[in-house]
Amino acid sequence: MADIFAYIEHNQGVVDDSALELLAVAKKIFPDAAVTAIIMGSGGDLDKVCNDMAASYNAVWKVDNAAFSFPDAEAARKALVNILPGDSVLLLPHAHFGMDLSPGLSVKLDSAYAPDIVDIEGLEGNTLKVIRQEFAGQVSAHVHVDISSGAVINVRPGVFAADESKAGGGEVADKTGDIGDVAVKRKYLETVQAEAGEVDITKSEVLVSVGRGIEEEDNVEIVFDLAEAMGADVSCSRPIVDAKWLEKSRQVGTSGQTVKPKVYMALGISGSFQHMGGLKGNPFIVAVNKNPKAPIFQVADVGVEADILEFVPELTEKIQELG
Amino acid sequence: MEILVCVKRVPDTAENEIEINSAGNDIERDDLVYSVNEWDNYAVEEAIQIVDKVGGSVTVVTVGDEESEEVLRREMAMGAENGLLLTDDAFEGSDGKGIASILCGAVKKGSYDLILTGAQADDGAAEVGGMLAAMLDYPYASLVNTIEVQDSKLKVGREVEGGNQDMYEIEMPCVLSIQTGINEPRYVGIRGIRKVASVEIPEYGASDLGVDASSVGGDAAKVKRMDYFVPEMGEGAEMLEGSSDEIIGKLIEYLKAKGGLK
Repeated sequence: MADIFAYIEHNQGVVDDSALELLAVAKKIFPDAAVTAIIMGSGGDLDKVCNDMAASYNAVWKVDNAAFSFPDAEAARKALVNILPGDSVLLLPHAHFGMDLSPGLSVKLDSAYAPDIVDIEGLEGNTLKVIRQEFAGQVSAHVHVDISSGAVINVRPGVFAADESKAGGGEVADKTGDIGDVAVKRKYLETVQAEAGEVDITKSEVLVSVGRGIEEEDNVEIVFDLAEAMGADVSCSRPIVDAKWLEKSRQVGTSGQTVKPKVYMALGISGSFQHMGGLKGNPFIVAVNKNPKAPIFQVADVGVEADILEFVPELTEKIQELG
Repeated sequence: MEILVCVKRVPDTAENEIEINSAGNDIERDDLVYSVNEWDNYAVEEAIQIVDKVGGSVTVVTVGDEESEEVLRREMAMGAENGLLLTDDAFEGSDGKGIASILCGAVKKGSYDLILTGAQADDGAAEVGGMLAAMLDYPYASLVNTIEVQDSKLKVGREVEGGNQDMYEIEMPCVLSIQTGINEPRYVGIRGIRKVASVEIPEYGASDLGVDASSVGGDAAKVKRMDYFVPEMGEGAEMLEGSSDEIIGKLIEYLKAKGGLK
């Protein structure tokens, strides 16, 4: 059986939610395996993070080097190639860091790469059976991964229940001396914080959110009319920001704002996992979409199959009549 | 600057409802509208804008069959000077690593300072750019949403959580995967496509690219999609039905009850 590892993301001493989700995934793949956490950083809270994870993982490998004072995927890739045994299975969260690191790592390790896994069906010999989604979540696929020469597996954050058993009790081993040369041709400069917009949607109790179904910039007005009638704020999904129809500060999703309203109206939004990742606090979700197969209907409380360009003005009028 | 942009012909998910065929082994492709992968289109626009500023030329490349040529021509109509079609029966069934190996062959045949891919395509894998960079031993940055040319280096921004942006300086040659929203891709009309209709697009197969045919295609793939399915997702939403007045009436009751109306 191959050795199995999980890459732990952490920031200022706080471990990312994915850390214990990956542990659950590791145990699903190899139920009897000892699972090792790999934790890279530079001084500061690194020992605290390692000790926290040792309670859950069977072993912790610490890498303490100035190159990892900021999580740099290019340097991490070089280090991992040097410290991972051949044929290892490595799990990472499928977020911006893992997307930067993993594809190239699988090439350097000459192992299989399975991106954005949403479920594990099981292992048969060297074939790991997993489930992925394609076409913006409209269909799922059974995927077979040949792990005979190892695998790098990026796991979608938030879909596996975290393993909170704290049944690890592992030792922390310092692997810093084994990472080799981690000089890279890419240099981190700074993080530019998102600009604040005219409305802070993270504080809104009711959001009327608009997506690609609005079709044209001029139509966005009908969403503002509805929001005004409801006493709500307007938010949106990514394509509306890409098209520059609304400012970035109104975007709900992993690359935008995380919101926690009481009521969320998703208008013409298909409901990709990146979008839903920005919606917290279990709001009451109303979805209006003309595509009955839109993934949003699987997570919404109430759905209406309709063209928002016709439905929204009618709804606005009826709400105004209540006034 | 010589820029290569890797593009893919995909079903347009904004225009289509994706359904599974009766055999369950593929999506129903007969009536699908195909277009260039949305992320790739931003990458081509970015390449053209860079060349407009600093000079050089843009080449678009794809792995596919004759039908993929229309996507190359569409991107050439935007302003890419050259197109390359990488096509061979041996490429059929390649996984991401296979596609990256084929593209690697094309990169080595030319001399490029910068290679762009879309951040992801229809399968959502977001893998080919990073794999290609590793094969070439070039530095890589994914999810790039700004590029600024600074002599022999680039200053790039990566889109990270919460609308924040990590800024990097990266040496060339390098590979970048481009996020949507980095620019506003120009409109391409029928006339533009007609203008490039007769431009010759060279075709390369495995042997032209120096790619070992046994290292690509379905047999070499370590990651294989077995079928498509629609998962059982529990109950899902309560769908409101009836006349539009009835639907709106029920919806308003819900909104009142849940605090959605002030």
